[in-house]
Amino acid sequence: MRLTRRGVLAASATLAAPALLRAQGTQPIRIGEINSYTTLPAFTVPYRNGWQLRVEQINAAGGVLGRPLEVIWRDDAGRPQDAVRLAGELLDNERVDVLAGTFFSHVGLAVADFALQRKRLFVASEPLTDALVWEKGNRYTFRLRPSTYMQAAMLVEEAAKLPAKRWVTVAPNYEYGQSAVRWFRQLLQAKRPDVEFVAEQWPALGRIDAGATVQALAQARPEGIYNVTFGPDLTNFVRQGNTRGLFERRTVVSLLTGEPEYLDPLAEETPEGWIVTGYPWDQINTPEHVAFRDAYRARFNDYPRLGTVVGYDTITAIADAIARVGTTDNERLIEGLRDLRFQSPFGPVLFRALDHQSTLGAYVGKTALRNNRGTMVEWRYADGKDYLPPDDEVRRMRPQSA
Amino acid sequence: MDFVLIQFLTGLANASALFLIASGLTVIFGVTRIVNFAHGSFYMLGAYLAWTIIRAFWEWGGREPWLFVAGVLAAAVAVGLVGVAIEMTLLRRIYRAPELFQLLATFGVVLIIQDATLALWGPEDLPLPRPRWLRAFIEIAGSRFPQYDLILVFVGPAVLGLLWLLFHRTRFGILVRAATQDREMVAALGVDQRKLFSGVFFLGSALAGLGGALVLPSQSANLQMDLAIIAEAFVVVVVGGMGSVPGAFLASLLIAEVQAFGIVLVPKITLVLVFLVMAVVLMLRPYGLLGKPQAHARPGSGMVEPVLRPAPAILGWAGLAVLLAAASAPFWAGAYALTVLVELAVFVLFAASLHLMMGPGGVVSFGHAAYFGLGAYGAALGLRFLALPMEAGLVLAPLFAGLFGVLFGLFVVRLSGVYLAMLTLAFAQIVWAATFQWVDVTGGDNGILGVWPSPWAADKAVYLWLTLALAIGATLLLRRMIFSPFGYALRAARDSELRAEAIGLDAARLRLAAFVIAAASAGLAGGLYAYAKGSVFPTYISIPKSVDALLMVLLGGVQTVTGPIVGALAFHGLFVGILQATAYWRAALGGVIVLLVLAFPLGIAGFARARWERARGFEAA
Repeated sequence: MRLTRRGVLAASATLAAPALLRAQGTQPIRIGEINSYTTLPAFTVPYRNGWQLRVEQINAAGGVLGRPLEVIWRDDAGRPQDAVRLAGELLDNERVDVLAGTFFSHVGLAVADFALQRKRLFVASEPLTDALVWEKGNRYTFRLRPSTYMQAAMLVEEAAKLPAKRWVTVAPNYEYGQSAVRWFRQLLQAKRPDVEFVAEQWPALGRIDAGATVQALAQARPEGIYNVTFGPDLTNFVRQGNTRGLFERRTVVSLLTGEPEYLDPLAEETPEGWIVTGYPWDQINTPEHVAFRDAYRARFNDYPRLGTVVGYDTITAIADAIARVGTTDNERLIEGLRDLRFQSPFGPVLFRALDHQSTLGAYVGKTALRNNRGTMVEWRYADGKDYLPPDDEVRRMRPQSA
Repeated sequence: MDFVLIQFLTGLANASALFLIASGLTVIFGVTRIVNFAHGSFYMLGAYLAWTIIRAFWEWGGREPWLFVAGVLAAAVAVGLVGVAIEMTLLRRIYRAPELFQLLATFGVVLIIQDATLALWGPEDLPLPRPRWLRAFIEIAGSRFPQYDLILVFVGPAVLGLLWLLFHRTRFGILVRAATQDREMVAALGVDQRKLFSGVFFLGSALAGLGGALVLPSQSANLQMDLAIIAEAFVVVVVGGMGSVPGAFLASLLIAEVQAFGIVLVPKITLVLVFLVMAVVLMLRPYGLLGKPQAHARPGSGMVEPVLRPAPAILGWAGLAVLLAAASAPFWAGAYALTVLVELAVFVLFAASLHLMMGPGGVVSFGHAAYFGLGAYGAALGLRFLALPMEAGLVLAPLFAGLFGVLFGLFVVRLSGVYLAMLTLAFAQIVWAATFQWVDVTGGDNGILGVWPSPWAADKAVYLWLTLALAIGATLLLRRMIFSPFGYALRAARDSELRAEAIGLDAARLRLAAFVIAAASAGLAGGLYAYAKGSVFPTYISIPKSVDALLMVLLGGVQTVTGPIVGALAFHGLFVGILQATAYWRAALGGVIVLLVLAFPLGIAGFARARWERARGFEAA
């Protein structure tokens, strides 16, 4: 017993042994990346490929400040408490210069608060919650992806043009779903006072009772349906909805459904004419996107997902900010990220100094079926900068200290 | 009225799928007494295998319905074989271990299957293409109802009928029923238990695989299926009465219908509905709808709980040495090591608190994370609404958790065995859902941030010393309690309730006291954890957290006092080390757990004690 106890302690101590301070110079610039790799592999694996590609490109071009980039990545197992511990491990043991990553909103918030406590920079790549840059925003946290508010606002713009007046909503029962519905209702009713919301469904994430949910929505005789479910829940919902005719002669507005991660599994059952936010990777032919897509294809023999772009841009933003201020000193880097303009495969993006939100946008369009696959048609790029609340309102929501 | 009919039919279709999974679980439990966590993994494997097999069949012979049926059955048989393989290579070796120990092994299997599935089938959701006949519907009362769902409505009763025939008209079935009632008697009559257990495992796993294959057309094969279904399957089994197949059928009907109508009336109730149903059923019928009291006069394999003896002096010295090493860590280890040591100390107390109930108390809790989380939330809510500093928060944490311990304990101690454990799980889920959904107070799943220590304890070394003092101090108090008159009384009530009552001990009150003490201790651990992490989330109360506590106690050895301490250090140390070492941490951790289970069927500390006692000539208990 004594052996075991000591053995375990000795093992943890060895693992935890402080890394030697590395000399500056040609030592790599280290980015500590935390994400839910095993919990959500469908999104995070293409994401990892994305940042990997960008790191290789930058290093092939000579690195940043003459130093190569290196990403040390960790799996948070989908749990905020583990993410916080790993963030500490990356800072204290691996001596990373910058923290980045996270997918789930609560994990992102936990790491953001930890970053504030430790006064270290954290570039949140994927979490969508508005709180991350507004109510709980802090000086050390930046967020790349368009937030729940922004994506809901993009869809409201389209929904307001529709004749539909009776709406129902279906969203997973957690913060993301709740705020996606709250913003949609609030923004749509502001534009269209004649609209009413007649029913709502809140399936538990990953456990939708699709038949019963579809029937309960149909019972309300809606003209428009706002969907926030994604992943396996979405597939389940769409299949029941198709068979039971829920979507016929009704307009459906759906968050994230155009992202290949969620659109592809719908395959030949992709419903046509849904208004969605997403990423029509096969049709964007701007030079920057073509170059990105070709490079990704050449490297991984696969097509990019939305996660790929997010991973790619996270590294671009961090590298550009370091190059801009010429140091990895975190306080200076914050200045480097504020008002940073960088080039995404989607086009030019700005990290706002106001709230540390990037203006990365999303593509808004309609779903369609081509060769038994789901795709987006009639799409346009909705630049994130056009879908944020007025600056005064943002200042009101964000803590003074941030 | 039309809507009610359609919704009712939808509920029936869901009930069928639920019944298939639950019936397999209940059959396995009834005979082998194994709480099989891997059942959800069998369900997931069923879906993935069906996806592969059916598509292969269709490629060969066209998208014909009969090939679909053949594929579903083939997938079920394949999963049954996987189940048998696991039973024969792993579980068979540990049937003689203390009750619930097999749970640890099945948990290892869950982790391994998760990574194996990811490696074999890739990360993306795999939907089965639906030919026209799978998308067909019929008009019922003016609404469309999927034809496939209508067939599912009949699959449940059909399987129930077949199982009834199997259990009443075949020799195998009669033996299974006999073994469910009294396993030792069946063995004494010369029935080969090995074949019986393997047969039961085949049947149970195949039923889970069948369930997974049958839901494939309405959703997709995905990597979240296993954990999404397992809690619900347990609820159905317990509501129906463990080991009762008709009970599982009734319970799946009840739960599916309550779900179908519940979401219409109270759409936001989805998170807790099934657990509310279970809590109500268990309060009214302590053994489920059709269950009978478990025969636990004669435990598992005829073993009696070994006597607990105070630790030998050398163990005390070793413990002191480890404690001194931990306390001096700030002088020789890095900042991150201190973080890990704080976590280890917190989990030692968390595991020890559960052990007080599980070991001496004989009361297993599947929801111990509730009190850990309540402690953390007690501290965080104190900060948020009363601006309490850390010192007050650490006082509030155990009080808050203890208060809920009293409240839930009053209901819990009336039950026993797995039913009791499942009621604690129900309460934990209700607490979890409350923290998750009561956004105005608890911040919902985004949690409460900024729960950092007071300035004097903000330094990592100081906080480590504080944690060691409180967590290890409380753990030693718990140890002391086990050897106090209270601890002896508690053990008496566990070993022979009748005799204990005869000499004037109030068994229910003793258990309640143990429950509350355990809850308060877990609450203190939760409070310390909250300030170490700086934030509090509903994940602290979620099922995986409760499972962690169980695994720590079982891994260390439930029948020793040092077990939970060793178990917490081993389990969390392994988890932390493996998580950052490899992307395949689930397979690695699962593999290590399986190996440890095989090497130490009494837990690590239990094994060490057995060696120690044998070397010194103690009678093996």
